[in-house]
Amino acid sequence: MKVRVEVTRRPEIADPQGTTIQRALHDLDYPSVTSVRVDKVFHLEVDGDSVDQVRSQVVAMCREVLANPVLEDFEIEVTP
Amino acid sequence: MTVAVVVFPGTNCEHDVVSAIQRLGGEAEVVWHRKTDLSAYEGVILPGGFAHGDALRTGAIARFSPIMSEVSRVADAGLPVLGICNGFQILCEAGLLPGALIANRDLAFICRFIEVEVVDTDTVLTNAAEPGQRLRIPLNSYEGNWVDPSGTGRVVAKYTEDPNGSQHAAAAIANERGNVVGIMPHPERATDDILGSEDGMVLLQSFINVLVPA
Repeated sequence: MKVRVEVTRRPEIADPQGTTIQRALHDLDYPSVTSVRVDKVFHLEVDGDSVDQVRSQVVAMCREVLANPVLEDFEIEVTP
Repeated sequence: MTVAVVVFPGTNCEHDVVSAIQRLGGEAEVVWHRKTDLSAYEGVILPGGFAHGDALRTGAIARFSPIMSEVSRVADAGLPVLGICNGFQILCEAGLLPGALIANRDLAFICRFIEVEVVDTDTVLTNAAEPGQRLRIPLNSYEGNWVDPSGTGRVVAKYTEDPNGSQHAAAAIANERGNVVGIMPHPERATDDILGSEDGMVLLQSFINVLVPA
């Protein structure tokens, strides 16, 4: 199954890369941009019998390694 | 009494650390990250570099290296554990220190001497220093911006300016017990006049001071 995992930094944690990109967009005359956040997307292919089983495995992977619980949240989409 | 200096694939400061410890009269040995027994050592240093190429996040893969469960055991036993630069990042990822390290505020790789002020002398990195002592030490990092949403981190030394946006301007932090410390600048690179400073000596001397026979 194909699994898409989006790992996002929590809004209260600074994102220096996003801030720099926002500044560059303003310099390029896009003053309407009020926020930029740069996050991570993982594309996994995982063997499994059911969507629920795969999802719970990927949740465990996120908690253990793919996301840093100090800074980040995650969302998972499983496509059978 | 020997210090284990752990090497992961991509670590690059191990010999500087060994050499600095030896200059202070201590003994140190390079130990590969796949080793699973540290019982022959009285302290552990995780040196700087780019463990596992910084894949995923700095320290995120190193945290699962076989040696890390042993580093946790040693830390729980109260032995001195020090992470320098990338080693600091690994200790945070491993949960042995609070918080995490993100990219520097201005997205610059900072590579220059900075000044830190010792604010807590009750740790394995600072017991030989004076409170308020200022030290000139090289900083060499991109992800040196420490954030601690938990607010539990104990600041050991802070920058006298703010080079990277680190919370409380922290340059070094400790666990509650003070036996696990992470420092972003490199004390081992300030251990000889020829390197431009000897101010790192007092920090590494502190570490050697607390080694007790295994």
